[in-house]
Amino acid sequence: MNKSVYINSIGSVSVQKTFDNSEFLNEITIYNDTVASVLNPDYKAYIPPAQARRMAKGIKMSTVSSQTALREAGLENVDAIIVGTGLGCIGDSVKFVRDIIDNDEQFLTPTRFIQSSHNTVSGQIALGIGCKGYNFTYVHAAVSFESSLIDAKMQLENDEAKNILVGGVDEMVKYHVDTHRLIGHIKSEPADSTKLLTSNTKGSVMGEGSHFFVLSNEKQESTYAELVGVETYNSISQENIPNKIESFLEEHHSAVDDLDLVILGNNGDVDFDGYYEGLSTGLFKDRPQAYYKHLSSEFDTASGFAFWLSAKILKMQTIPEVVKLNEIEVSNPLKILIYNQYRGENHSLMLLRKC
Amino acid sequence: MSKGVAITGMGIISAIGNNVQENYDSLISGKAGISKISHIETIHADEIMVGEIKIPNTEFEEQLGLSKNSYSRSPILGIIAAKEALAQAGISDINDFKTGLISSTTVGGMDKSEQYFHEYFESNNNWQHINGLHAGDSTKKIADAIGLKESFMTTISTACSSAANAIMLGARMIKSGKLERVVVGGTDALSKFTINGFKTLMILSDTYNTPFDENRKGLNLGEAGAFLVLESESIIEREKREVLAYVKGFGNANDAFHQTASSDNGDGAVLAMEKALKVAGLKPDEIDYINAHGTATPNNDLSEGRALQRVFGKGKVPEFSSTKAYTGHTLAVAGGVEAIYSVLALQNNCIYPNLNFKTPMKEFDLLPQKEVKEKELNHVLSNSFGFGGNCSTLIISKEA
Repeated sequence: MNKSVYINSIGSVSVQKTFDNSEFLNEITIYNDTVASVLNPDYKAYIPPAQARRMAKGIKMSTVSSQTALREAGLENVDAIIVGTGLGCIGDSVKFVRDIIDNDEQFLTPTRFIQSSHNTVSGQIALGIGCKGYNFTYVHAAVSFESSLIDAKMQLENDEAKNILVGGVDEMVKYHVDTHRLIGHIKSEPADSTKLLTSNTKGSVMGEGSHFFVLSNEKQESTYAELVGVETYNSISQENIPNKIESFLEEHHSAVDDLDLVILGNNGDVDFDGYYEGLSTGLFKDRPQAYYKHLSSEFDTASGFAFWLSAKILKMQTIPEVVKLNEIEVSNPLKILIYNQYRGENHSLMLLRKC
Repeated sequence: MSKGVAITGMGIISAIGNNVQENYDSLISGKAGISKISHIETIHADEIMVGEIKIPNTEFEEQLGLSKNSYSRSPILGIIAAKEALAQAGISDINDFKTGLISSTTVGGMDKSEQYFHEYFESNNNWQHINGLHAGDSTKKIADAIGLKESFMTTISTACSSAANAIMLGARMIKSGKLERVVVGGTDALSKFTINGFKTLMILSDTYNTPFDENRKGLNLGEAGAFLVLESESIIEREKREVLAYVKGFGNANDAFHQTASSDNGDGAVLAMEKALKVAGLKPDEIDYINAHGTATPNNDLSEGRALQRVFGKGKVPEFSSTKAYTGHTLAVAGGVEAIYSVLALQNNCIYPNLNFKTPMKEFDLLPQKEVKEKELNHVLSNSFGFGGNCSTLIISKEA
């Protein structure tokens, strides 16, 4: 008999003020740009300044969000640490490559190379709390975070672990933005985040963030929700998406009509939002719908923001006006489905319920 | 959680061979693949030795029907290995069972990213490589090449234990019933990035690497693609497949000691080996051969040697060898390369020599296997350790 899996705590650093768990999107930062940077928490409260200076942004953000999650769960250590990141500490990777080329392979120092390793964040957290348990890092574009969830859920269901720290993190750096704007993945003109879905332009608004959660097979007072199911697909044709969703729901003894909220990953890219719009007006037309990338912006682990949002909604029993995508109201949300894809690939479904 | 995980196909390309058979032939004939570097222009060319695959990308492009300079080298090596693995397993339709793909890489498309780093802003000639910097992009290209659709696909990057972890995840997903079949492994090409990175850490040898030798000077970097097909027992029964070996045990732990160095006593390595033995339900004295991580860096071989003594007992460590003197250290892929070598060892009841060993280390009396040795093997243990304190152990066995 598989054990149930609970989200016992959350921690978020994002381009919105999400680092304080006592608030819930009370103040919204509006962007009118092609990129959005994290709203920095007071790093000094978490990291000694001498250490912070050399730290990659992704490590700093993750130190705060992982400590927030551990503290809220009342834990000093965990059985495993699993992190998803599309690009790791890309800032250090880019700097190291630039140094190699511009200095003709001379006068290099190891710090940037060391931090370039994709598993730096998971390794640093383990080092910080002295966790000798299982330590994995998934680096698969838009399903990096979901891969971590799948792994954690499997271990908790099988009772191989009690508490697992799971997270998703990506940092944004100029070189990456510039190169990806060249190939049209990032918008070339600013988009107003309050009108993101009607920007009618190609590409997305790129951002960054770090979201950590303690998942456990034991419910406690701090528990936010139950993670019922998570599945990823490398490809799905647009026509076949409703079928995939229905069979995923069926596998978890649910149906579309049971969903109190559907959270969609629309990012204002005129070429790819059709995947979501088809569902909004089709399979989910009678269900309450929400979106979030106008708040989080787009990055490989942006679905971590959606997971954070869902956990928060289920615990607080309120859906912030700013995320609503249609007029259908729900008074007590019990079950939420999150659907995401990026540029037509790496589709993911996550199902959460109140407990 | 008691289901067997069968290995039904393997594919590999490394500095000692372009397929499984060529790799095995090199292993038993003591033929190393370490040489001067020829495909990458680097100012360190005279000071380093590498495990380089001598075939240029242009030849691979022709072989795979790819347009010129469309893919970086990592996905190319991965495609070659994955295709060989599927062919050996006799799989013609990858989508006929619930199948997944779990790849691993450290550099992904870095060889191209560093080549066109500034050029991207001057011309659009090589923009096809921009997205290749994402590690997952190499996996996507492998999935396209083998025709995998609407399926579970992910990429692991835990430095030099990555492919061992890909195999571990695949085995766990089959045991848990999440997948019926999974293609697991990794791919990493040589790049200026890793050459210079390891150079700054001062752990590159200027000559042939000598694992577990007192006078070891560091590692030789290598490149490889290596994939295995894992299938559930129900597929084996239904399809009457030939089973090459089983993934019997696996364990991952963190040393939590230092970002790049292993602890003196190999705490993480001990934990990983103990977990793997527990999952396999085996006692240490049931292990017949250890394919060690043995990178030939001063730090790794000391730490791993001590860990082996702690797990198996002083004077009780079974025959062991590192095959890094053949292939170089293939980073993310090392665990995949060595899992395949472990299966070949089981199939042929044969232990490979630890090349270049002369002087025992002064810290302990561990002597690696120096000559090819024939011995009835039932269980082989393979270690892979990486940056971030990442320690992984696989146990490959003849029986489930």
